[in-house]
Amino acid sequence: MSIVIDTGNRIAAKAAIMAKPDVVAAYPITPQTTLVEAIAEYYAKKEFTGEYICVESEHSAMSACIGASAAGSRTFTATSSHGLLLMHEMLHWAALARLPVVMCNINRVIGPGWNIWVDENDSISQRDTGWIQFYCSSNQEIYDTVIQAFKIAEHANILLPVMVNLNAFILSHTSMPAEIPEQRTVDDFLGPYIPGWKLDIENPVTFGNIIGPDSYIKVRYAMQQAQMQAKQLIPQVAKEWKKHSGFFHGDLIEYFECEDAEYILLAMGAIGAESKIAIKELRSKGHKVGLARVRVFRPFPTEDIIALGKQAQLIVIDRNISVGNEGALFTETKAAVSGIPETSVQGYIAGLGGKDVTYQDIETMVEKAMTGKAAHQLWYGVEEDR
Amino acid sequence: MASKTLIEIVFHGRGGQGAVTAANLLATAAHQDGNKGVQAFPSFGAERRGAPVRAFARISGDEIHLRSEIYTPDIVIVLDESILDIVDVLKGLKPQGNILINTRKKPTDFPFSNQFHVATVDATGIAITHDIRVGGIPVVNTPILGSIPRILDRVTLASIQDAIRSKWEGKAELRERNVQATQDAYAKTEVNF
Repeated sequence: MSIVIDTGNRIAAKAAIMAKPDVVAAYPITPQTTLVEAIAEYYAKKEFTGEYICVESEHSAMSACIGASAAGSRTFTATSSHGLLLMHEMLHWAALARLPVVMCNINRVIGPGWNIWVDENDSISQRDTGWIQFYCSSNQEIYDTVIQAFKIAEHANILLPVMVNLNAFILSHTSMPAEIPEQRTVDDFLGPYIPGWKLDIENPVTFGNIIGPDSYIKVRYAMQQAQMQAKQLIPQVAKEWKKHSGFFHGDLIEYFECEDAEYILLAMGAIGAESKIAIKELRSKGHKVGLARVRVFRPFPTEDIIALGKQAQLIVIDRNISVGNEGALFTETKAAVSGIPETSVQGYIAGLGGKDVTYQDIETMVEKAMTGKAAHQLWYGVEEDR
Repeated sequence: MASKTLIEIVFHGRGGQGAVTAANLLATAAHQDGNKGVQAFPSFGAERRGAPVRAFARISGDEIHLRSEIYTPDIVIVLDESILDIVDVLKGLKPQGNILINTRKKPTDFPFSNQFHVATVDATGIAITHDIRVGGIPVVNTPILGSIPRILDRVTLASIQDAIRSKWEGKAELRERNVQATQDAYAKTEVNF
């Protein structure tokens, strides 16, 4: 074990390489660039001995990962923002083909206006592709989640690609300590990827061929079943990793000060870390508030959120907007608790375009929500600029 | 050395002067000195060589949950004196906060020395003395790190030198010149408090 103080991108690269992928195919894009550069360094030093495929676009990066994964390889890539969007067609393909590709996405704004800072519209707009989605809040969690992602993706009952999201700059370019276990710890935890099937010239078969409606609906049904099973598996894998590494960042949700909470804040990504300070401050003022940091957005932790809704009034901060409706976490939280008549859910849109969200901002949002009048979602940080 | 208290530090420099590297080395050194929570990050966005830039560091005895920028630093470090004319480096600096400036002037030469703790060091001169240059231009980011233990008791000169040695592992001669420069800066730093 060693403690490194390094950026989220470099720690993600370290985790990816320690998982010993057979193939990495990637195309650089700010702010993911230093992640793929770090993998190139490992390749140059022969610490990464798999294939590193330099492609001409993100669409090709995902296509190469799909081909490699279908041939039975453990496969990794990383992208961000417009790069993720260019992959869109192949994201669906990877999931429908049930290929356990692991990818880091650095959450960055979609332009125009051209902007390289954080928000989560890039990955949220890919939520229906069938990928499992994690949102990290620290560099340690990035390391641990990338390792766990391979275990989850490659599990025989899952076989779905996993996207590990980390916020642009706030995590990707911020150095923080992370404990890196010995290589054999990772080897023991992961083991090799043993595909149930693969493209093999000795045993020629066709995958992804034309199928009729009766079969296709079963393909979607099976994907949905796998996502539902992942709700059980993800917490199991997190607890198993804790035995190996000592680190645990929560199940589908990380709970903070929720035991006696009358109001519970739901947030994702870096806002979920900053919120812990806001919760402490609000508690010191006598408010019974807690935090539920949503780590996993797909599969959506519906049952856990129902339990929160039975206990407390809910407040949601979204760093994304489904234009024409609401933030995605707000919409889905409301849907989850729709059967609990006494529970209110209030929501905020905040931090779009990389606008900083401080713990004081979060306190302000929570205190305003506790006065309890807003049934619709409010925008935080727009009025002041008018 | 470790304390629960959070210390927030803002570096002001110009693109290419290595402010981000300095912040990273400081975080690494502080961690070695027992501060469990450390962070170092650049000002986010596209940086241009020569333009005013900032870098940030946090030091704490506990895990740091803050993910926002630093608005009210305890310490401001100015790598390039000319920045003082174009950037309000004192903005947000806590009352009784410290400001460390790369300059040949003395702390009392600065009018704000009656409001804040001012420390000065001729880091450029030290970089020239130890021939720490990139493309012929003296590099002040490592020398000025040697001054930080003079204004902050949470990090030791020995740990700063260890962090530099790890960073330039395999380049023994360059590494030792950087280490010597921090030693020199430590000795030559003038403080008015």
